[in-house]
Amino acid sequence: MHSHFSDPFDVAIIGTGVVGCAMARRFTLDGARVVILEKAADVLDGASKANSAILHTGFDAPPGSLEQACIAAGYREYLDIHESLGLPLLKTGAMVLAWDADQLAQLDGLIAKAHKNGVMDVTLLTREQVLEREPHLADHVMGGFAVPGEYLIDPWASAHAYILQAMANGAELRRDCELLSGSFGNGHWTLETAQGTVQAKQVINCAGLYGDVVDQRLLGHADFQIKPRKGQFVVFDKPASELAQAVILPVPTKTTKGVVLFRTIFGNLAVGPTAEEQQSRTDASTDRDTLQDLRAKGIEMLPELANYEVTTVYAGLRPATEFQDYQISAHADQNYISVSGIRSTGLSAALGIARHVAGLNTSTGFARAPLTNPVCPPPDRLSNYHPRDWQEPNNGGIICHCELVTKREILAALEGPLPPRTLQGLKRRTRVCMGRCQGFYCTGPLSELTAGYLTPPLAEDCQ
Amino acid sequence: MTTCTIAIVGGGTAGLSLATRLCELGIRDVVVLEREPEAGGVPRHCGHYPFGVREYKRLMKGPDYAARNVATARAAGVDIRTGTTVTALHPNARLSLATPEGLTELQAQRVVLCTGVRESSRAQRFLSGQRPLGILSTGALQSMVFLHHKRPFKRPVILGSELVSFSAIMTCGHMGIKPAAMIEENPEIFVRKFMRPFPAIKGIPLHTGVRDLRILGGKTVEAVTFTDASGQARHIDTDGVIVSGRFRPESALLHASHLRVDPATGGPEIDQFGRASDPAYFCTGNLLRPVETSSWCWHEAAETAARLVDDLANPIGDAPQIRLQAADPAIRFALPQRFTRTDRSGGMEHMQIRLNKPASGYLSLTQSDKTLWSDYLGSRPERRIFAPLSPLASTADTATVKVKLL
Ligand SMILES: Cc1cc2nc3c(=O)[nH]c(=O)nc-3n(C[C@H](O)[C@H](O)[C@H](O)COP(=O)(O)OP(=O)(O)OC[C@H]3O[C@@H](n4cnc5c(N)ncnc54)[C@H](O)[C@@H]3O)c2cc1C
Ligand SMILES: Cc1cc2nc3c(=O)[nH]c(=O)nc-3n(C[C@H](O)[C@H](O)[C@H](O)COP(=O)(O)OP(=O)(O)OC[C@H]3O[C@@H](n4cnc5c(N)ncnc54)[C@H](O)[C@@H]3O)c2cc1C
Repeated sequence: MHSHFSDPFDVAIIGTGVVGCAMARRFTLDGARVVILEKAADVLDGASKANSAILHTGFDAPPGSLEQACIAAGYREYLDIHESLGLPLLKTGAMVLAWDADQLAQLDGLIAKAHKNGVMDVTLLTREQVLEREPHLADHVMGGFAVPGEYLIDPWASAHAYILQAMANGAELRRDCELLSGSFGNGHWTLETAQGTVQAKQVINCAGLYGDVVDQRLLGHADFQIKPRKGQFVVFDKPASELAQAVILPVPTKTTKGVVLFRTIFGNLAVGPTAEEQQSRTDASTDRDTLQDLRAKGIEMLPELANYEVTTVYAGLRPATEFQDYQISAHADQNYISVSGIRSTGLSAALGIARHVAGLNTSTGFARAPLTNPVCPPPDRLSNYHPRDWQEPNNGGIICHCELVTKREILAALEGPLPPRTLQGLKRRTRVCMGRCQGFYCTGPLSELTAGYLTPPLAEDCQ
Repeated sequence: MTTCTIAIVGGGTAGLSLATRLCELGIRDVVVLEREPEAGGVPRHCGHYPFGVREYKRLMKGPDYAARNVATARAAGVDIRTGTTVTALHPNARLSLATPEGLTELQAQRVVLCTGVRESSRAQRFLSGQRPLGILSTGALQSMVFLHHKRPFKRPVILGSELVSFSAIMTCGHMGIKPAAMIEENPEIFVRKFMRPFPAIKGIPLHTGVRDLRILGGKTVEAVTFTDASGQARHIDTDGVIVSGRFRPESALLHASHLRVDPATGGPEIDQFGRASDPAYFCTGNLLRPVETSSWCWHEAAETAARLVDDLANPIGDAPQIRLQAADPAIRFALPQRFTRTDRSGGMEHMQIRLNKPASGYLSLTQSDKTLWSDYLGSRPERRIFAPLSPLASTADTATVKVKLL
């Protein structure tokens, strides 16, 4: 209804990674009429599909950087809104640990940096204090410091909630709708997409792993180049989560935050990520040797991990560029903002990035005044540390036994306001097939329950 | 909270056989808790022969056999509660349940865990490559084909060469699915000699000793690539991957509980009576180890029934135990993991042992450098191996007994 030729949208957002989702929420709440164009069949199909799900304080970000500012603002806003959006938060805290003398020598500097970044509650810990807090750690640990404000969140539910809130307040999402080209004139953009023409006064490029491609398509050039950097993970069985309370971070190197041991909001314990530069923007392959290495690294830090089975493995791609900081630039003469290179902290920073970009916005006035009483979408119920549907009566029965996903939850996802169109999407919304059996028990019943909803389907009907 | 005499977790072959036998032995209030909408366990979706030959003196397909096990149990007076998931095990035989009516608890005098085995996943094997749609275990394929009449692919490759990989071939045949190849990373195929020509008879190329296996595909599986035994790079176009075998006990409950787990089997630590580390808990069936046939599990569970009846009447309690430890890299697992020193009879008579790879030598039970028993062994990983438990009864020492191959 909004696509009437003479009635351009206030804002077109390209891409529904966590950044695009947060952007759609921000601009909708600020009163804009927003259209969101996503080339994939589902949201969160790019960089945002796989990360460590840590809500960072930004204690180790480069002081004075845009990244640091956005993380700090994003962190604050998440804490403000997560309850009203029904989003979980697991207050684990983190510890940065030194495993050799070299790393030990860097701790003071890192603490000073944290203080510069406004994260004042970090405290140095002796080896004994570290082991007292985390008794399962290998005893060759030499010391560390605590960052109490690093938390765990649900990486998918948060982004879903942002875009659902945008949609509930009038934003329009178009999936399978790749932006192909466009031109700017008469104060608005005319965008050609896989599903026809869209007009909008302002364009915000949140295309993540394709940030440079979209800049090229619309501006004719890009000031940076996306250099995908893969991170692989190994996820251990839920009982292993008792082995570490806090997120266990290493002393970072120049190129990476290093391999982290962290619980997940779903109750597992994971180790990763790696940092591997590659050409492909889509290939998130896992490699046996790398996974074995990661498992070994985990065991080196947490020896008892050797007794726990692996639940799953995965990999994600960071939209890194040749620059260290985020690549956010406004092209005021063309009503265009590129929000790119949101490399490895975008989940934490998304809400802050959206605020920053809203401040850069050049267009004059939106269709509406800022919303005073925006609608909230229904809450997420997937955290292992919060009540779940299987505990309620009349849930239709448990379909996925490992993650205790009910029939009612699956049907609610399939028929909800943001239906998944792929099995991956259904997994992110419900956690089916994400547990230790990886679909051994529930793929059969799921192939029947999801018939007609997913493309490609799990199986073809042979009744 | 409701109560019962014996609560059995899992209504598969073992749970049903055990429950039936308990009723036949005069125990009342035997409850089977099964999370699926129907009891019967894995054979429900093994739509092929041979099942039931020893149990019912008839050659049956899995689903008929499962139905027969259910009907026999019901007729014997077993209370089978389907759609009921046991969500936690508590000390002293108390269970948390999720039922269609909501959450509840059940207090039993003894609990028996019979939750079976499943195949390990592609992720657990650290298989390299992409993660498209169309990668399934044999169990998931069987469930799709036999319980839901669905066809997930037309020309998959089968990874693995265990008995269940051959079931995968038969399951494919049922739906007109034509496997493109059977691929085994080990140098040799994993079944008894007489079965080895089967893939060739079915026209399925077999590759053993493959390396660098990778799965390729965007939305759905497109190919697998690998280096074959001769060192040649191979690329097979395919639309699915059946990741078969490498069984692991379905021990989620166990891992989250107070009971001790044996990392070697992946199942519970038990004694010769099938008692877990909490003597109010017994375990039987394929939860004990990867993997036995249905027939084996049926008989093993029936034998467990007599031990339970005995223990109910006259509890064994906390008698001293000897630890049994597989102390040899060639030995994959040995069970039971503990031997309770008691004059009570009726426990298992043999240890069950499996190898990691073909091996030969003297299999021995040693305690503090004393050899309690030894015998010549030449065997392979797919074979059952036994060692007698009777020599343990005659030692007064409770030091660990090591199972070795010399
Ligand atoms: C291994 C790893 C670990 C991480 N850990 C953390 C962490 O613990 N905490 C944290 O805060 N961050 C973490 N991150 C970072 C975070 O995941 C990223 O910063 C974030 O996901 C980037 O999101 P994005 O929206 O910019 O990009 P994307 O998620 O890639 O979204 C871009 C979207 O645009 C779409 N698109 C592309 N081209 C077009 C087009 N032409 N037309 C229409 N749509 C298009 C894509 O399909 C995609 O959906 C991690 C990242 C990785 C890879
Ligand atoms: C894919 C596959 C194919 C096989 N094919 C054959 C074959 O062809 N021939 C053969 O002889 N053997 C076969 N087997 C071996 C099989 O394990 C045995 O046949 C037999 O099913 C084992 O019996 P069981 O009772 O130990 O386990 P299962 O039959 O697996 O029964 C376990 C039961 O416990 C239930 N359960 C688990 N956890 C819970 C819980 N928390 N709460 C409530 N209920 C729970 C499950 O739903 C299931 O019904 C196969 C096994 C697999 C996995």
